[in-house]
Amino acid sequence: MLASEGEKENPLVPPIPELVIGLIAFAIVIFFLAKKLLPNINKVLDERRAAIEGGMEKAEAAQAEAQQVLEDYRAQLADARHESARLRQEAQEQGAALIAEMRAEGQRQREEIIAAGHTQIEADRKQAAATLRQDVGKLATELAGKLVGESLQDAARQSRTIDRFLDELEEKAEEKAEAAR
Amino acid sequence: MSSDQTLAFETDCHIFDGCGFPAPGLHSFTFEPMFSIGGFDFTKPMLLALLGTVVIVGFFWAAFGKAKVVPGKLQLVGEAGYDFVRRGIVYEALGKKEGDKYVPLMVSIFFFVWILNLWSVIPLAQFPVTSIIAFPVILALIVYVLWMGLTFKKHGFVGGLKNITGYDKSLGWVLPLVMALEFLSNVFVRPFTHAVRLFSNMFAGHVLLLIFTIASWYLLNGVGIAYAGVSFVMVILLTALELFIQALQAYVFVLLACTYIQGALAEHH
Repeated sequence: MLASEGEKENPLVPPIPELVIGLIAFAIVIFFLAKKLLPNINKVLDERRAAIEGGMEKAEAAQAEAQQVLEDYRAQLADARHESARLRQEAQEQGAALIAEMRAEGQRQREEIIAAGHTQIEADRKQAAATLRQDVGKLATELAGKLVGESLQDAARQSRTIDRFLDELEEKAEEKAEAAR
Repeated sequence: MSSDQTLAFETDCHIFDGCGFPAPGLHSFTFEPMFSIGGFDFTKPMLLALLGTVVIVGFFWAAFGKAKVVPGKLQLVGEAGYDFVRRGIVYEALGKKEGDKYVPLMVSIFFFVWILNLWSVIPLAQFPVTSIIAFPVILALIVYVLWMGLTFKKHGFVGGLKNITGYDKSLGWVLPLVMALEFLSNVFVRPFTHAVRLFSNMFAGHVLLLIFTIASWYLLNGVGIAYAGVSFVMVILLTALELFIQALQAYVFVLLACTYIQGALAEHH
């Protein structure tokens, strides 16, 4: 290469051989990149995005599930607490009812016993009074027969007299009792 | 003389030796053919362009060939680069729906431009292939054809012309002026600057690196050695700057391509 030759060339005029080589070189680059390598990487980038998005979705789903389970457990726990409180309340109520029932039963039995006792006493007293009345009548009749010396044969008259006498006695006793009161 | 000027490190010329500074120039961008096949001269930039192709395809093949949902390190790096162009440039300019179709083209352009720029600082290569105008031109031409094709396909012939000339009735009497300027801009200036912006940046960057690299060598004589150190520090700093510019220019090239296509797809305003 001679310097004079170089000076003659205009650096802004493209020489044809270099144009051709440049075109070929660039064509090779764009052929490989556009046909094979860039589609390759695009596919992988898409896959990666899908994988990341899928992973995130999975993580979100897992989180949601965990949250759901937690809420379920909380709800169950609350239910159980509620249930136990209810059972305790019920047991308390049942116990109170049982005690009240037993108390009422005891009261009733006591009253029954007392009433039975009263009845018995009344019956005994009546029986005693009747027996006493008979005995008194008999004694009085015998005494009166001995004193009067005659037999008071007429039973009807006899008993009427005795009864009248006894009634009078009772009335007097009652009057005395009222006066005492 | 020729190899002295093209390959700065083979020169025996130092300061105080009575020879002038072998400044870089246009001749630094022309190469002797490595071999010729039937009149076709195969040069170093061509080799680097094809090697760039091998590097890009090889890298993406290794990264994406057996892409996995759980990426390896290489795939992760590839994905970062891919996503940078896809999301950072194409979707930003065109939107996801419209832009998806152009992602492979834009990704290819970005890495092609970037790697071809990057040769500038790779030892032994040390030449930005994009400082040969043919390489930016072919890429700008592809974008231009796509851009014009889309314009007329989307809007029809008259609508396409209106799109290109920025037709807008409400402009009134300045409309012809605007139309002429827009037509000039869209049909000639934009594709030209699209290619030349990349070319000139890489060209200038390479010249700068050459100046300080050659100077570092040239100054290695006597008291000049101290200045050679300064010059070498500049080489390091400019290499770092170039690394940034290379990526930036690739980004700008793709961003402009997306903007042109966006303009072609836009409705009348």
